[in-house]
Parts: sequence; C-alpha cells; structure tokens
Amino acid sequence: MIDRTQVLHVARLARLQLTDDEVERMSTELSSILDHIETISELDLSDVAPTAHVVASEGALRADAPRASLDHDVALAQAPDPADDGFRVPSPQA
Amino acid sequence: MSTTTYETVIGLEIHVQLKTATKMFCGCELTFGEPPNTRVCPVCLALPGALPVGNAEAIHLGIMIGHALGCEIAPRMKFDRKQYFYPDSPKGYQISQFDEPLCAGGEIGGVRINRVHLEEDAAKTIHAGASGRIHGSEASVVDFNRGGTPLAEIVTEPDIHSAEQAGEFLRLLRTTLRVLGVSDVNMEEGSLRCDANISIRPAGTTELGTKTELKNMNSFRYIERGIRAEVARQTALLDAGERIVQETLHFDPRTERLTSMRSKEEAQDYRYFPEPDLVPVPVDAAMLDRARAAMPELPAARQARFEADLSLHPDTAKLLAWRSELGDWFEAALAASPDGVSPQTAGPLANWTTNELLTRLGGDVDPATSKVTPAAMAQLVALVTARTVTAGAGKEVLDTLIAEGGDPAQIVEAKGLGAVGGEDTLAPIVAEALAANPDIAERLRGGDMKPMGVIIGHVMKATKGRADGGEVTKLVRAQLGV
Amino acid sequence: MTNLTNLTDLTAKAAVDAIAAGDLDAAELFTAYREAAAAEDLNAYTWVADQTPDLSAAAALPLRGVPLAVKDLFCTQGVPSQAGSKILEGYRPPYDATVVAQLAAAGTSLLGKTNQDEFAMGSSNENSAYGPVKNPWDHTRVPGGSSGGSAAAVAAGLAPWALGTDTGGSIRQPAALCGIVGLKPTYGSVSRYGMIAFASSLDQAGPFARDVTDAALLYSHMHGRDPRDATSVGRPDADAIALPTGERLDGLRLGVPDDLTGEGVEPGVWTAFEAALETAKGLGATVERVALPHAGYGLNAYYVIAPAEASSNLARFDGVRYGARAEADDLITMYTKTRHDYMGTEVKRRILIGTYALSSGFYDAYYASAQKVRTLIARDFTTAFAGVDLIVTPTSPGVAFPLGAKTEDPLSMYLNDIFTIPISLAGIPALSLPCGLSEGLPVGLQLAGPAFSENRILEAAYALEQAFAFDNTPSAIGGAPS
Ligand SMILES: [Zn+2]
Repeated sequence: MIDRTQVLHVARLARLQLTDDEVERMSTELSSILDHIETISELDLSDVAPTAHVVASEGALRADAPRASLDHDVALAQAPDPADDGFRVPSPQA
Repeated sequence: MSTTTYETVIGLEIHVQLKTATKMFCGCELTFGEPPNTRVCPVCLALPGALPVGNAEAIHLGIMIGHALGCEIAPRMKFDRKQYFYPDSPKGYQISQFDEPLCAGGEIGGVRINRVHLEEDAAKTIHAGASGRIHGSEASVVDFNRGGTPLAEIVTEPDIHSAEQAGEFLRLLRTTLRVLGVSDVNMEEGSLRCDANISIRPAGTTELGTKTELKNMNSFRYIERGIRAEVARQTALLDAGERIVQETLHFDPRTERLTSMRSKEEAQDYRYFPEPDLVPVPVDAAMLDRARAAMPELPAARQARFEADLSLHPDTAKLLAWRSELGDWFEAALAASPDGVSPQTAGPLANWTTNELLTRLGGDVDPATSKVTPAAMAQLVALVTARTVTAGAGKEVLDTLIAEGGDPAQIVEAKGLGAVGGEDTLAPIVAEALAANPDIAERLRGGDMKPMGVIIGHVMKATKGRADGGEVTKLVRAQLGV
Repeated sequence: MTNLTNLTDLTAKAAVDAIAAGDLDAAELFTAYREAAAAEDLNAYTWVADQTPDLSAAAALPLRGVPLAVKDLFCTQGVPSQAGSKILEGYRPPYDATVVAQLAAAGTSLLGKTNQDEFAMGSSNENSAYGPVKNPWDHTRVPGGSSGGSAAAVAAGLAPWALGTDTGGSIRQPAALCGIVGLKPTYGSVSRYGMIAFASSLDQAGPFARDVTDAALLYSHMHGRDPRDATSVGRPDADAIALPTGERLDGLRLGVPDDLTGEGVEPGVWTAFEAALETAKGLGATVERVALPHAGYGLNAYYVIAPAEASSNLARFDGVRYGARAEADDLITMYTKTRHDYMGTEVKRRILIGTYALSSGFYDAYYASAQKVRTLIARDFTTAFAGVDLIVTPTSPGVAFPLGAKTEDPLSMYLNDIFTIPISLAGIPALSLPCGLSEGLPVGLQLAGPAFSENRILEAAYALEQAFAFDNTPSAIGGAPS
C-alpha cells in the first residue's frame, strides 16, 4: 500500500508536480501495481545473484582520443532559454 | 571557560580532476579557456539517445592512484548512477561508483584511505545574478565544457586530528598526485578540491560526535583556517551545552565566517543503482601491470633515497621530496654539479637550495620560475666549496643571480668577488690590521681570543668581505705565535 | 508508368531486386510510398518526408534506396524525433542513431517517423501525445504498442518495412496485432546509440516487415558492435544473417511452456496457436512441453526493472537544454511543472513506480529482488534450450482490442505482454509471425531461441510462413472485419 504521503515524497524525488486528483489516482493505481509486483516475495532469492546485464561483453572502453564536439550554435539550438553562450535556468531559490 | 578538552576528528573527501585528453564518457577534448559550450557533444549534454563509454585512460590513472596509496584494486570496474536534479548534472544522475569502488583501503602519511572511486565532474554554473554565490542570484547560466571531466574521489578514514595535520596530509597527497602525473592538482583552478567532515569528542572517548561537512575550500590555507573556525564553533556549542547539527557549511575566508548551505540540506536520496549503459569491465593483470610500470618514484621513496644515498638531513630530505618541484630542481642542480654527485656535493647544494634560495624567493615559490638555473646554483655552490668565493660573497652572487640571472663565475669576475686568500695576499693585510689595533693584538697574544672578531672585521673591510674568516684566524695565530 | 498500387505491394526484397535489375526506379518507389504515407488515415506517421530525395547514390547500395519508416524513438538528424512525447515536440536531434546511420549507409531512405506510445511505454499506442494509431485491420481497434505506428504503417502498405524498438514486447505485440512479422534481436546485437532510452538493460531495436525474408534482410544490416554503445556486442564472428530458404522443419524441437500458456489466453488465439503447432508438426517438427518455472514472475520483475531504469533515463528531460519548458521563477518549480505539463500519465506512473522502487529502504525489496528474478528466468531459458531448439507461445494473449478498452486499468494493459516480457528479461531473440485469424483479426506466433539464434528462428519462421500462407492484407481497412 502506497499512501498520499509516499506518492508526494516520490514525486518530489522525481521532480514531478502532481495535482490533488493525480495524487489520489496514483496512490490507488500504484498500490495495485505494487501489490502485484510483491508476489516476488513468494520466491526464495537468498542465494540468487542479481542480473544487471544479460549479455556479457568485455573491455567496452574507449581510447582517450578526442572526437569532434558539436558546433556551439548546434549545441544551443534547442535550448529553451539560451543566454550568454549558455543554458539559462532560474535561480534555485524561490 | 572550557572545562572539557576535546579531540578533533577529521575525515577528508578529495576530488581530483584527472589529466586525460578527453572527458570520462565522451570524446570531447579537455582544453582550458574555450568559449562556453564549445566542448560539448550529445553524450555530455545528455541529449536523448546518447550513451556513455568509459575512458580507458581515466581508469588507468585511477589504478595508478590506487597503487600509490597502497589500495586494494577491485577486480572489475563497475559504475553506478547517483541520481539528483541540478542544472550542472545534465542526465539527472552522475555516473559514479557506489558499492564497488575501484580502490579500497590504503594509507599515506599516516592517514588511512577508505576508498578511491571514479566519477564524472559536474558542469559549471555561472551565476548571472547579483551576488556571485548561489544565495540571492536571479538566474544561472550553465557551461558544459568541463562537465564530464574524469574525477577521482579519495575518501580518508577519520584519522586526522588537527587543522595542521590536515594541511600536511593534503600537501603530501597533492605532491603524490602531481608526481604521478594524474592531475594538475591546482586548487585555484578546481582540479583539486577538498571537503572536510569535522567532529569533536571529549578527549579519551571513542564515540564519534555529530559531524559537519565543510565544503568547497579552494586553498590549503583556507582549509586549515576553516577547520580551525569550525572546531572553535563546535567547541563553543558543546561548552554552552548545545547540540551540533549535522549540516553542510561554507567557510568564507574573507570574513572567517561559516554559513550553512541550506539549499543542499534537503535530505538526499540518491537512489543509486548499477549503471545499465556500462557493462562492468574486468580489471585484469595487464591493466594492473601497465599502471605499475607507469609509477614514478613517490615522495616517501624519494625522501628515503635522499637520506640514504645523499646523506641529507631528514628534514631537508622531506622538504625536497614532499615538494616535488623543489626536489626536481634540486636534482637537476645536483646533476649539473661540477664536482659530481656525492653526499659531499649534495649536502651544501641542498642547504643552499632550501635555506638561501627559498628564503630569498619566498617559501612557496617554485625555483624553476626564477632566473636562477639549477646549473648556475651548482656552480655557485662549487665555487663556495672550493673557497674560490667566501660564503658571504656567494650570497651576494646569489642575489645577483636572482635579480638578473647569469653565470656565477662571470659575476664573481665582474664584481671582483673572488676570495682574497693565500699567505702572500692575506698576510700583509692581517699584519696591517694587527698593527692598527695594538690593544687587541696584545689581548690576543695574551690568550684572550674574544676580540678576534675585530681583526677579522678589519680584514673583511679591507678585502670587501672576500677573505675567509678561518684563514684570517689562522694567520693571526701564526703572526702572534699563539 | 508503373501502377502505384502495385509498387507498394512489393515486399522490400522484391523492390531491392527490381531496382537492382533496372526494372524499378527507386525514386518512383519512394514517391509512391511518400504519397501514400502523406495521405494515411491511421495516424501512423508523425512526420513524412516532404519530397523525394535524390536516390541515385542510394540505388547503388545493397538496399537500393528502398524507403524505411523509423519509429520516432530513434534520433534522426534534423528530423523531428519526439518519442511520442509533448516534452520533445519539435525536437530535431543534431545526430543520427547508429542504426539509422547504418541503414542509410546500406541504402535505405528515410520515408517518415512513426507514431508510438510516449517513450515506448505502452501496449496500445494510446499513450502517444500525438494521438492513438488505428489498427489497419479495424480502425476501432488498437495496433498494439509501443511501436504501433511502425506496425500499422507496414501492415497498411504505407511502408515496405520499418524500425521499431522492443523493451518488453513493443515490436512483437504490435506485429502480432497488425498481422506482420516483427523481430526482437538478441540484446546487444544492435546498437542502442541514438535510440531514446526507456529501459537501458532491455531496449533493443528490430525490424517490422511484411514477411520473414524482409525482416532477415533488414536485420542483416542492423546488427554490429558499436563503439558508442558499451552494451553492444554485435554478433559472434562468422554468424552473419542469411536470408532463410528452408521449407521443412525436420528434426526441429519446439517447446511449449506450460508455465506461461495457462490462463488468460483468448480461445480464438489458443485455437490459432494449436493449429500452428499442428502445421509445425506437419513440417517435421516435434512439439514438447518445457518448464519455465519462474517465467510467471517475469511481469513482476519487469514492472520494477523497466520503470526503475526509465525513472532515471527520463531525468534528463528537465527543461534545461532542449525540449519543452514550463516557465517558473525558481528552479524546482521549473523542473516539476515542466515534467508535469509535458509528460503523459503513463510516463508519470512509471517514473513514480521506478523512483519508489529505487528509493531508500525499498531497493532490496524491489530492484535487487527483480534482478534476482531476472537471473532465475534467464536460467530457466538456458535449461529449457538444452532440451528444445525454440520455444513457441502466442505472441499476445488476445487479438487487437478496441481503442479505450484498457486505458483505465494499467494492470490489465500490462498483462498484454505476459508472453513477451520473460524473453526480454533473458535478453534472447524472438520473432512474431502471423499464424491465422481470430474473430477476423491476426494472431501472432512467437518463436524464441537462445542468444544469437536469429538464423535458426528466421529459418523456422520462414518455413512456417510458407505453410501458413497467411494473407497479410488487412481485410477491411476503414471498417469492421468481415
Ligand atoms: Zn562530450
């Protein structure tokens, strides 16, 4: 069961604003999904190693060799608020 | 009045920008002074669909650091995501290492190392608002040129117990990293950054007190002053019966004030999980061997060599070895010594370097930036050793070298600083001095050697300081028959 | 003049051969598709090329300039790549996804970008910010998802073939619901670079085609190790993809997993599936039961792993560097409002689930456990493939369902992928092949094999395809099926 407070906490971590209606709805839906997911706990997983990657590859590193960067104009072309050759953002303080 | 004495407990977290040609996870070149956002690509701007690929050289440098600090190197290089939202973190997470750091354990300068892990640096946020610091700013502009620079984070155990010890440790660590060639270790430019976790506890107790984190100090002096200020603050709080609040503090070296950085105070939940875009890379024997083969002589070993091979005094050896630029300059001078490399040449050269030269240049100055070349210093010391010039004249030559550079022998020649010595030249001057001071001569003859200085002074005056005091004394004794 | 209707009736392979033989002009073929795509009424495309490019160079390449529809999840340089999301409305990437570039180099020409569930999250294409896609077999029904636009376009003759992506079934399920062939390759055989990430450890690009030969042909130009994707491995040496030719299945051992095929399957789908098994036996295959004891937990594990990775992958959509931004005076509000206003409900739902699963105190119970279940499921398949060559199931438990039927119940929507998800978790390849009709709507047969067994799967699918002789022309475009 995931309650309103938890939904709001998680939404804050995920930087998602939710309306009151959305909080209600998510609380119900997430609870039912999580209840379903929790049937995993039927399994004894104590001796099982986790799998993060299914295909084993090795040495997937790159040499320290420069590659071309994007042109400045291209880099900033899609910026919502370009300013002073950079990406402008509002102050962290309200 | 403080009735309790406290023990200070400090652990340091040091971030070191690694000296690679390109960023940690993309091929953007790491050059300085470029216009904003010109060293960026889909990966380091976190464009949709872009994926990171680890820089092999950064891992190599990380292993070298591990070797230098005596760490255990992990069997594989595994990355995790550390998640937080901030404009300087374009992906919304930093690729870092959580439960399997590249290096664990180790020790340097009597301080145990907890871990060394690799991660990517944040971008630069330029505060476009009024005050320059975050508080009160209107807006910020982000420049991603240096975002994604490879970083090694070195975390110590809480083994440090004073501001001075912290400074000493950091100087040794910086030299070690500089000698390794893994970083520019320049605090002003941010390639070396240090946070300190500070707590105090009543002396003799073992339970750690509540710690505060002192962040973003950009010089060793500020770190020491910041730690002192924070220890004083915590002591005053405990003495007043108050509690210490766990918080992150900023030290302003101008005002000596500590301020709480509230914006970051919100309880963090980084939601670490294994980076699915990067398959762990085995750290194999070849990688370890390559890093070991690339290891230069480290400060501790250099100090030991200076003591054993050159018979330098431990303090002198440490000073030269722990300040690698000084050690390098000294060894270059030693190699140029006309009398060859031996304890006999090394001793005077080391003394002239650490005493005369450093005093004149100022303690922190790198002699390589002065007009005195190592070869000139070697020649000067050889002239003094051979008594071709006196120590006093030698210092005059050094003053000239510092002011103008040049060749010591030519300076001696041009300024007529050559020693006045030998019986033929000096004996008449000594005789003249005795004749001019009959009282003194009488006392000396009577066995009272105290006024010898007067005669030496007379001779020095007559020779413009180019005579050797010892030789003068010998001649006085000979002429007076004492 | 060639008849345009006939042109778009050609399979891609037939078109490639006709262009190579000089019987067909690549530009004429492109124009025919471009006009059909521009006039479509399924909402399959979100962008269609507005002119026919010069294809003289492409026509000399292996794929001869044959048009390609590309799911909007792939970055295409200078062409809108919106991933079905409002937050990327009008976004034009500065680079091509590796697969897109690779296929262009092989001679395909970009016809259009296809509609999809937002960020590939969905099984019905109803989660697109650009409106739902209609199933060509019945415009009141869904085409499946998330690659619904690609599937519908190929099924309706609006593209000869198309690129899709599959995370938990997003190629196979819409292929099944639209009566075409869809292949999800082995994880790592195709580069993910430039594919807007949903769940990094599961996402894989693959082809949609009208027949098995075309699917093989397109995939043969997609796979390969990409130095920009650290999880890509390409295919093992000397294991190139061959166009299938065999028409028998002698000696082939097919396994039907009891643990998966129990409840919830529509009777019509089950009947078509059993008939398909009979056909396989008639071609010389044997059919036996296999155990996949943990596959039933696949959905549970998937709905932890995929949202967890997605919550992290979608953190980059923050209104700072690209995409939509909601104006606000402070940073946090800018973030939260941007992400609220420009992301859809299903995306938010999964971000919340994923964030919850990774948050402090829940990691072990959810994410770590799900990864362990993943281990068990992968092990189940390894064990099963010791006894059988391929595992077969219906691709989806039901045929295309009416638009809106499941939008209010996320869990019932998720159950659509019950047969496809365990395969995704194991990273193994699987193909969906139309095997018959139920209620006048296509039923898909899923064939799965061990990692890198694409040739074996394609061979078997080809033989079955000849025997099924499924008529993939939607019987009643625009109306109810007959
Ligand atoms: Zn870059």
